[in-house]
Amino acid sequence: MIALLVRDLRLAFRAGGGFGLGLAFFLLVAVLVPLGVGPEGGTLATIAPGILWVGALLACLLSLDRIFALDFEDGSLDLLATAPLPLEGAVAVKAAAHWLVTGLPLTLVSPVLGLLLFLPADGYFWLVVSLGLGTPALSIIGAFGAALTVGLKRGGLLLSLLVLPLYVPTLIFGAEVVKRGAMGMDPGTPLALLAAITAGSAALLPFAAAAAIRVNLR
Amino acid sequence: MSIWEYANPKKFMQTSAWALPWVTGLTVLCLGVGLVWGFFFTPDDYKQGSTVKIMFLHVPAAMMAINAWVMMLVTSLIWVIRRHHVSALAAKAAAPVGLTFTLIALATGALWGQPMWGTWWAWDPRLTSFLILALFYLGYIALWNAVENPDTAADLTSVLCVVGSVFALLSRYAVKFWNQGLHQDSTILKVGEKDPLDPAFYQPLVVCIFGFIFLFLALVLLRTRTEIRARRLSALVSRERLA
Amino acid sequence: MPELGKYAFAVLTSYGVTIALLAGVVLLSLWQGARMRRALAEVEARASEAVDG
Repeated sequence: MIALLVRDLRLAFRAGGGFGLGLAFFLLVAVLVPLGVGPEGGTLATIAPGILWVGALLACLLSLDRIFALDFEDGSLDLLATAPLPLEGAVAVKAAAHWLVTGLPLTLVSPVLGLLLFLPADGYFWLVVSLGLGTPALSIIGAFGAALTVGLKRGGLLLSLLVLPLYVPTLIFGAEVVKRGAMGMDPGTPLALLAAITAGSAALLPFAAAAAIRVNLR
Repeated sequence: MSIWEYANPKKFMQTSAWALPWVTGLTVLCLGVGLVWGFFFTPDDYKQGSTVKIMFLHVPAAMMAINAWVMMLVTSLIWVIRRHHVSALAAKAAAPVGLTFTLIALATGALWGQPMWGTWWAWDPRLTSFLILALFYLGYIALWNAVENPDTAADLTSVLCVVGSVFALLSRYAVKFWNQGLHQDSTILKVGEKDPLDPAFYQPLVVCIFGFIFLFLALVLLRTRTEIRARRLSALVSRERLA
Repeated sequence: MPELGKYAFAVLTSYGVTIALLAGVVLLSLWQGARMRRALAEVEARASEAVDG
């Protein structure tokens, strides 16, 4: 499992684009929104939690199809399916690798982007916490979507259509945590629900994703 | 004699050929009576005026939009567990009908909301959930169309349907939470929680609900028959190619 | 025609949109069904010919 994780990470860093792209996209969103909305601090501060979460979500979406597509093309996915490691485990590891190269860096740079969007001072801590807790769910749900569309030629757009409605609860609770945190309210409830979604997805979705991959490899 | 006999396509074709005219007749009867009754012969509501007539479309469509998804979930599970082709095809056949009902519920809701709430669209929990439901239907249909091998498509869409159901439920509660959380919205008038319904509205509404149920059944039967024929056609064509 | 008052637009458009959408899905289903039936009949005729011939 560790070997697979290391291999995926190494590929992500080496292949170029895959790693930096999501981050650059996230940055672009945070820069473009003020240009479109106007530089008033008040407006930006109100929408900052939502913008940052939507930006993180879209940045995550960008690199989803790479989770399985490359391995499917060169046949290593078949090897993984027949390897002694259960496919469910392989899916979980691949989702974790995806999170390490997209979700984690997004979480780490998010305070800087919060600065650009005039996020209230109380919000920074909750922004990092909510993204840290929520982006793993995005990666796992995305891995499920990628597993469904892995054999398809024009999978990219379909993948977005399938995955976006699945992202709704994560987005709502995640943005709610930041919003409440920024307003000085107690963000405990949405935070707990966000954690529940991440935990539930991590526990169950690898099975669904592995089932989908087996179907696609048949 | 068990329900599983209908999993045999031939048996299904026979029975559905017999049932389809009856269901169609009932649809025409119920929808005809219900809609004419609802449109021409109901009084205006003292609060909502004539817009109450929209209820006879909005409520049944919304109910069936959800029921159609539940039916797809059940047939998907039957396909996954017992691998009856008719079941998978019925799920495929139901999806566009469910999407249509969802769109009707959204459109009539917007048209009703405009005079009642003063806005075409409110990010009200119910409306938002239905928008998300429409997205789920779209994704489901798109996945069926994208996968070439019919068995693979049936498997993948079934998995999507099961996972989607869980997330649709989650979204429903998330959306409720989200709207009650910070933005109190005074414009919301919940359809299901009105004061007890006057019989003058209640009776035609029930007839309309039955009309929509029969319409759904008739369409699903018809579309499933088409799907079975399509399956047989592709089987025959590939046999011809081999010969 | 019942008196719809000031809400005539909302009520009539609702009925119009609903009937249009329902008619759309019914006609689409009928059309697809008929097309499939024709195509199948054609191929089946060919198949039975092949057996007989």
